[in-house]
Amino acid sequence: MEPDLESPLRAHAGSARQEWKHPSDHWLRGFVLDNRASLGTLAVFIVMMAVFMVANPTVFTTWYLYSSVLTTLPVALFVVVPLVFVVTCGEIDLSFPATMGFASWVFALVVQAGYDPFIGIAAALVTGMLLGFLVGSLVVYGGLSSLIATLGMNFLLRGLIQIVNEGKSMALTSLSGSWAYKILSSQIYGIPVQIFWAVAFVVLSAMLYNRHRFGAQVRVVGDNPDSAQQMGIDVKRVRVKVFVFVGIGAAIAGTFSVMINFTWWPTAGDGYLLPVLASVFVGGTPTWGGIGTVVGGAIGAVTVSFIQTGVVAAGLSGFYVQFFNGLIIILSLLGHKWNQARYR
Amino acid sequence: MAERIIELRDITKSYGQVYALGGVNLSVDRGEVVGLIGDNGAGKSTLIKILSGVVRPTSGDILVRDKPVSGWSAARSRDAGIETVFQDRALAVQQTIVRNIFMGRELTGFMGWLKVNKEIEEASRLMREIGFTSKVFTPHSIVGQLSGGERQGVAIARAIYKQAELIILDEPTTALSLTETAKVFHFVRQVRASGRSILFIGHNIHHVFDIADRFVVLDRGKVALTADRSTVKSAEELINFMEDVAHPGGLPGLREAGEAEHQAR
Repeated sequence: MEPDLESPLRAHAGSARQEWKHPSDHWLRGFVLDNRASLGTLAVFIVMMAVFMVANPTVFTTWYLYSSVLTTLPVALFVVVPLVFVVTCGEIDLSFPATMGFASWVFALVVQAGYDPFIGIAAALVTGMLLGFLVGSLVVYGGLSSLIATLGMNFLLRGLIQIVNEGKSMALTSLSGSWAYKILSSQIYGIPVQIFWAVAFVVLSAMLYNRHRFGAQVRVVGDNPDSAQQMGIDVKRVRVKVFVFVGIGAAIAGTFSVMINFTWWPTAGDGYLLPVLASVFVGGTPTWGGIGTVVGGAIGAVTVSFIQTGVVAAGLSGFYVQFFNGLIIILSLLGHKWNQARYR
Repeated sequence: MAERIIELRDITKSYGQVYALGGVNLSVDRGEVVGLIGDNGAGKSTLIKILSGVVRPTSGDILVRDKPVSGWSAARSRDAGIETVFQDRALAVQQTIVRNIFMGRELTGFMGWLKVNKEIEEASRLMREIGFTSKVFTPHSIVGQLSGGERQGVAIARAIYKQAELIILDEPTTALSLTETAKVFHFVRQVRASGRSILFIGHNIHHVFDIADRFVVLDRGKVALTADRSTVKSAEELINFMEDVAHPGGLPGLREAGEAEHQAR
């Protein structure tokens, strides 16, 4: 290379030629900076638990409380995580409760017909994928607002379930002796097995988000879709894919919710809409797209499910649950706003 | 003579009745920096879009390394080694430098998992190549934290990846401070030193004059002047020429008077 006499960097060329150096050269500071959103969520969770513990030490030191949270938490985790992808991509999906109900309906039908529950799970997964593809295509290729279109799909799909079933539930007692139940939803030493599957799902998804082409493209598309398009990314395909991912997550979640109760209700999944959305944002994924945190979303889900149990267990009446739900959400959002800058 | 990277012959482009380009000839050789100057509406952006394959010309020939090509498109342009850094730079500002450089062509291994270390290594190499190193940022830094000049550096680093032969820089110094502009010039010189060519489009004639080996002045869809650096004495000479082209026969004094009158209206 020719010597560059006019280089503006010439004055400190000696130091500039040195290797890269992170501003926070200590690994711990770098780790904190890179994970500030999820660490903030973790801090909120720890403070909240500390308050609960002080309020009622006897209840919060018994395993039963945690066991009951760990039974229902996985269901939420399976949808919170894909939703982090959707929000990062600059979209929203409000149709996942109906997808949960629909996919678990297919699961229930297959099991009731006498097939192995594993076949039912496969059928539910395919249903979830197809519904995700349908919703995603409607939004992306139909050019509709994801907020309104997915809200509409949620009503539409739930309506279909209700019309066909006329409000009747299905009892699936045969599940209790099946291998699928033992592997996926029983208990080991008092710990609900499904939490292990949920944690595995969270870890895999976090890797998908941070270390896979899919996650990289989701982030770029959410950040600057025009730029992504110019650089040859099929923006529409990436967007449809995140909806398919939600469909898969919702199918798993719906199946687990049926396996916990051995019963399928036509309302299966309905109660998850708001807590799951709250978990995503409490977890530190901002609403504007481009960035997000899967692990933060998972911690957000843990926080949200402990609010309900915790408020009641702390000796307050059930009427306080919504108030504390709101309080935690608002406080977390304020915390995240202070914690992370938005670059434009 | 140096190898000819690309040549445009008698290119026209019309939008309905309006001619944006009316028979333009332009060529870029290996290792040269060509400065493209022209007023608003001269057809600069149309010409860039044709070179990058976004827009197809109405008529005319495009030759890549002296061979005529048919079915010119954005993909063909990329294949020919032409990379365009658009004016808005097209960066995802909340992502890291690495993610921006490998946007749309992630280095992946088994089942689409990213080769994270390879990407960092490659990004560092590219940025060192254009003299884009610093103590305050790393390949992991968020692009939104960088200054305008440094962002331009990321866009250039992204363009030279995949051994681009010709990099089109569309107004790379617009809205940049003096020191940032100097940084961009530094990157451009490094790219030329590595044997690549640059087509530098600029509003600011002084900027173009400082960096280019050859000037092409575009006026109302036609090439008004092609001149080697050695034949032009100063930027003022170029400016005068452009004003002469824009207002033929106008004397400087008259021109000023005319402008004053224009402003008074």
